[in-house]
Amino acid sequence: MSEYKFNQNHLLGIDHLSDKDIDKILETAESFVEISTRDVKKVPALKGKTVVNLFFENSTRTRSSFEIAAKRLSADLINFNSSVSSLKKGESLRDTVLTLEAMNPNIIVIRHSASGSPHYLTTFARSSIVNAGDGFHEHPTQALLDALTIKQVFKTIRGLKIAIIGDILHSRVARSNIILHRKMGNEVALIGPPSLVPKEFEKMGAKVYYDIEEGVKNADAVMMLRVQNERGAGNYFPSIREYRKYFSINNRVFNKAKKSAIIMHPGPLNRNVEIDNTLADSDKSVILQQVTNGIAVRMAVLYLLKGDINESIN
Amino acid sequence: MEEKIKAKIMDEKKMMRSFQRMAVEILERNRDVENLILIGIQKKGVYVANRIKDLISEMEGVDVPSGVLDITLFRDDLHKHEQQPVIQKTEINFPIEDKDIILIDDVLFTGRTIRAAMDSIFELGRPASVQLAVFIDRGHRELPISPDYKGKYLPTSRRERVNVMLKEIDDINQVLIMEPTRF
Repeated sequence: MSEYKFNQNHLLGIDHLSDKDIDKILETAESFVEISTRDVKKVPALKGKTVVNLFFENSTRTRSSFEIAAKRLSADLINFNSSVSSLKKGESLRDTVLTLEAMNPNIIVIRHSASGSPHYLTTFARSSIVNAGDGFHEHPTQALLDALTIKQVFKTIRGLKIAIIGDILHSRVARSNIILHRKMGNEVALIGPPSLVPKEFEKMGAKVYYDIEEGVKNADAVMMLRVQNERGAGNYFPSIREYRKYFSINNRVFNKAKKSAIIMHPGPLNRNVEIDNTLADSDKSVILQQVTNGIAVRMAVLYLLKGDINESIN
Repeated sequence: MEEKIKAKIMDEKKMMRSFQRMAVEILERNRDVENLILIGIQKKGVYVANRIKDLISEMEGVDVPSGVLDITLFRDDLHKHEQQPVIQKTEINFPIEDKDIILIDDVLFTGRTIRAAMDSIFELGRPASVQLAVFIDRGHRELPISPDYKGKYLPTSRRERVNVMLKEIDDINQVLIMEPTRF
């Protein structure tokens, strides 16, 4: 363990992390959880560092979670809102980022609808890049905060069964979670209609189920995904009513999972579509704990990256 | 860096005597034992704090609350490290407002750790007083900080290292001075 070093300049996805890196981020996040319970929720660890939130897609929870994380570490934070920016005036992504970089930030947190855009930034930017969700590709901090929540409940992040239900095809959250749990050696069950859960996902080491009860059986954690109407999910099944009948989670289905099982959701919830109202509010639900953990995980990521590649490239 | 033992300064017996004396001094200076709080600095300060807590409990029959403080995020050299240092837990699960805090560490050297610890403590509340107890004071202070209680004053050279070994983690009670084999 003493030989291990966290050597990542960017967080582009779970894919490029080792299982040791994941352990390191989770352990660091566990120490950060306590800071948010203090009266003075601030430590000076990133004093004098600048974090840019560069969000090209609508987001409230992820953006504010990164914002709070940066502020609790005493970093300075700029929120860059694409809808009122010069992108509207025809500026390219590259020029926007180069302009921001001329102001010497240390870390750029980016969300963009184009898969791979965070990686593109690393080809010319000098800051550390953190992926806050890119298209259908990855959403690494969501998978990490899910993992932290699971670890808090089960005291381990290995040897578990994780069931993910819903629109796997369009979900970067699902993709990051599949990669993470396969790296940790967990069993991953994917459940949904064939149009949203193609068999190809088995190449990632997961198992695909079209029967929700069969898939959820003996699971430790059941993750529900939102039906993403804005990404056209509604075209992939006949009707919400039919989707609800076969793939929403309720007490009867959830009872097939282990007795100790928890129910998770990355939010925002479509109550009574993918998740039964009473189940979302039950003591099995860790949905709000996930939100709280989001801050600790993002603090850990900002702390561990720190954005000092700036100096070395200059 | 390779190191070798330069000298053995204290054995178990001497250490026990110093711990005992420190505990007595703390009790003498603080009449109101009920208002005391012990805070050990990660990592070995925590074990030193536990020793003192047990001794106070034996002598006075009072269970003094004790907490654990990790000062990493308050270090003044965070930006200088190539690797971010490991963060350990801070666990102070009680209010420190108007309490008399005994801040405890194993070795006092430049004083920078104590500066960071005080900054960290004041983020948690406003104690009535903060006193400093260290097991070894090895000199070379870079800040105006001096201990209120010390197990032993041990003048050292800067390139040496003082290793306070405690049975709880090192399987033996002793204090060693280490020096680099090459320099």
